[in-house]
Amino acid sequence: MSESSKTPFVRLAKRTDIDPRRAMLIRIASIVIALILGTIPMIISGTNPFEAYSVIVQGSLLRRTYLNQTVKIAIPLLGCALAIAPCFKMRFWNIGAEGQITIGAMCATYFALYWYNRVPHLVLLLMMFLVSLIGGGIWALIPAFFKAKWNTNETLFTLMMNYIAIGIVAWLQGGPWEGRKGSQLIPMFNDAARLPDFNFMIGIGEHEFSLTSHVGLIFILILVVLMYIYMNKTKQGYEIAVIGDSVNTARYAGMNVGNIIMRTMFISGAISGFVGFLTVSGANYTLFSGVADGVGFTAITVAWLSQLNPFAMIVISMMLAVLEKGANTLQTRLQVPASISDIITGILLFTMLSCEFFINYRLIFRGRAAKEEKA
Amino acid sequence: MNTLITLITAGITFGTVLMYGTLGEILTEKSGNLNLGVEGIMYMGGAFGLAGAFYYEKAVGAAAIGPVAIILAILAAFVAGCAASAIYSFLTITLRTNQNVTGLALSIFGTGVGQFVGELMRVKEGGYVALSNSLKNAFSASVFPGFFVKIPIVGPILFSHTIFFYLAIILAIAMWFYLSKTRSGMYLTAVGESPATSDAAGINITRYKYLATIIGGGISAIGGMVYIVTTAGCVWNHEGLSGVGWLAVALVIFCVWRPLNAIWGSVIFGAMMIMYLRVAIPFIPTQLYKILPYVVTVIVLIITSMRNSRDKQPPASLGLNYFREER
Repeated sequence: MSESSKTPFVRLAKRTDIDPRRAMLIRIASIVIALILGTIPMIISGTNPFEAYSVIVQGSLLRRTYLNQTVKIAIPLLGCALAIAPCFKMRFWNIGAEGQITIGAMCATYFALYWYNRVPHLVLLLMMFLVSLIGGGIWALIPAFFKAKWNTNETLFTLMMNYIAIGIVAWLQGGPWEGRKGSQLIPMFNDAARLPDFNFMIGIGEHEFSLTSHVGLIFILILVVLMYIYMNKTKQGYEIAVIGDSVNTARYAGMNVGNIIMRTMFISGAISGFVGFLTVSGANYTLFSGVADGVGFTAITVAWLSQLNPFAMIVISMMLAVLEKGANTLQTRLQVPASISDIITGILLFTMLSCEFFINYRLIFRGRAAKEEKA
Repeated sequence: MNTLITLITAGITFGTVLMYGTLGEILTEKSGNLNLGVEGIMYMGGAFGLAGAFYYEKAVGAAAIGPVAIILAILAAFVAGCAASAIYSFLTITLRTNQNVTGLALSIFGTGVGQFVGELMRVKEGGYVALSNSLKNAFSASVFPGFFVKIPIVGPILFSHTIFFYLAIILAIAMWFYLSKTRSGMYLTAVGESPATSDAAGINITRYKYLATIIGGGISAIGGMVYIVTTAGCVWNHEGLSGVGWLAVALVIFCVWRPLNAIWGSVIFGAMMIMYLRVAIPFIPTQLYKILPYVVTVIVLIITSMRNSRDKQPPASLGLNYFREER
C-alpha cells in the first residue's frame, strides 16, 4: 500500500488561533446559508422567497405594532436564555426551563387571583415577583438535589419536571382556579396584578423610534448586564466555570460541587420563574397550561448559539422573534402556514450549530496536505 | 371488570404509538446518542405517513387496497424519520455539536415540518384531507377474524388490535434478540457504554452510531404515523400528537433501556394517559392522572440512581460525543 492511501481523505486539526473576523464571517455565512435553505419550503408552498422574506422583515420590524409584538416574543426568550447560561456553563444540562417558567407563573398567579384586593398595587406585584422566584427556584432545586446527592441524570429529570409542572397548571385551569364553571379558563387578572406598560423613545439622527412594552423589558436588560458580571467577574461565576471544565479539578480545589450545583440551579430556576411572572403579569394577564409555549426549549438554543454570552443573546433572541412574528404576518398575508417559522428556525439552528465546527477545526484534504508538504 | 378491559384495550391503542417511539429511541440511546428530537421526528412521521397513504389512494383511486396503503404509510414515515435523524447524526457525530441542543433544534424543525406538510396538504386539497372509509378500516381493523375478538375477556385484550400493535411486539422481540444475542448488538451496547474502549477494540464507532440513530429515528417516526391513522382517524391532528414524543423519551427511562419492557411499559403509559376518561379514584382529581407517567418516570430515575445497580443505568456515554483526538 502506498503512503498516500493510508492517510484518510480528510483529516481534522484543532485550531485555537482563528482570526475573530474570520470566525464572524463563518457565522454570518451560516446564517445566509440557512436563509437560502429556508426558501425551499417557501417555493414548495408556491411563494416567491424574496416577497416572503420582505414580508417577514416588514411584518416584524417596520411597523410600531409589529415591533412591539416582536419584542414581546423576544423578552421571555432572552430572559430564559440568561437563566440557562450558568447551568450550561457548568455542564449541567437543565432542559427544565419550560417547567420552571410554568411554576413561576403559577405561583405569581396565586397572588394575582386571591390577594389583589388585600394589598396595595406595588406590594402585590412585589409579592408576585418574589414567589415566582422562589417557586421557579425550588422547582429547579429538586433535580439539582438528586444530581448532587446521587448523580441522577439531570437531562432526563429536568425534562420530566416540565410535564409535571404543565400538568399541575392544566389541573388548576380546569379545577380549583377555573373562572366560569366549564370554561376551563383561569379568569383574567385584575388591573392591580398587571405590570404597567412603558413607552421607550429612542432618537437616532432625525428618526425617532418608539417602543411600547411592559416594564419587564427594563428588568431583563438589566439582568443581561448582571448575568455578564456574575458569570465573568465573581467568585461564584468562576466556580461555575471550573466545574464546567472539570469536576475533579473543582473537588481538588476544595469546592463543594454539590452545593454549587444546587445554588446555580436555584438561581437559574428563579430567573425562569421570573420570566413566568413577566409572561402572566405583563403579556397574557392570565395563566394557562401552555404559558411557557416552548420558550424554555428555544431559549436553550438561544443560550448555546450565543456561546453563553449574555450580550449575544439579545441579538439571537431578537432574530428568532423576528422569524416568529414575521411568519405570523406571512400567514395572514400570503397564506403560508406559520409553521414555516419553526422550519426556518430549525434550519438556522442546524447551520449555526454546525458552523462552530468549522471555526474550531481545520479540514486538511489529502491532496492539499501533500502539496503543502512539498512546498 | 368491563372498565378494566376497556382501559387495557384503550391503553394498548395509545401504547402502540408510544411503543414505536420508545423502541426507536432505545436503539438510538444504546449507541450513546440522546436524541431529544423524537417529538419532531414523530410529527414528521405522522405527516409523511398520512401523505403516503393519501397520495397512494389519490393515484390509484378505488383500486387502493389496505395492505399496500399500510406498507406505504410505514415506509413514508420510516424514511421521513430516517432523514430527520440523519441530520441529527451528521451534526452530532461528524460535526460534534452538543447533543441536547441539536436534539431540541430537531424537535423545533420536525414539528415545523410536520405541521407545514399537514397544513399544506389541507390547503392544496381544498380544505380537507381524508382517506376513504375502506382504507380507514384497513388501518384500524383487527388482523384476527371476528370470532377471536368475541371471546370474552381474552378476545378484546389480545386479539382486537390493529396490525401495528402486533408488528410493534415483533419489533420489540427482534430488538431484544439483536441487542442481547448477536455480536453486532453487543458491539452497539459497548459503543454506548464506552466509545473509547470500543474504538480501541477496533469497532467502527461512527458507523454504529450513525446506523443506530438513523434507524432508531425511522422506527420512532412510525409511531407518529400510527397515531394519525388510528387514534386521530386519518386526519392531520397536531394537537393530539403534541407531547407524545416526550412521553416516549420518558418511557425509555421507565423501561430502563430494555426493549421487552417497552411492551408492557407502553401499555401502562397508554392506560395512564387515557385513565382520566374512564376511571375515578377518590381524592385524586382526574386531570392529574396525566402527569402520572412523568411522576412514575422520575421515581424510576431516582431509584435507579440511588441503588446504582449496574444493569439498570443509562448507557454510560449517553449524551456525550466521542472525539478520538480528545481521549
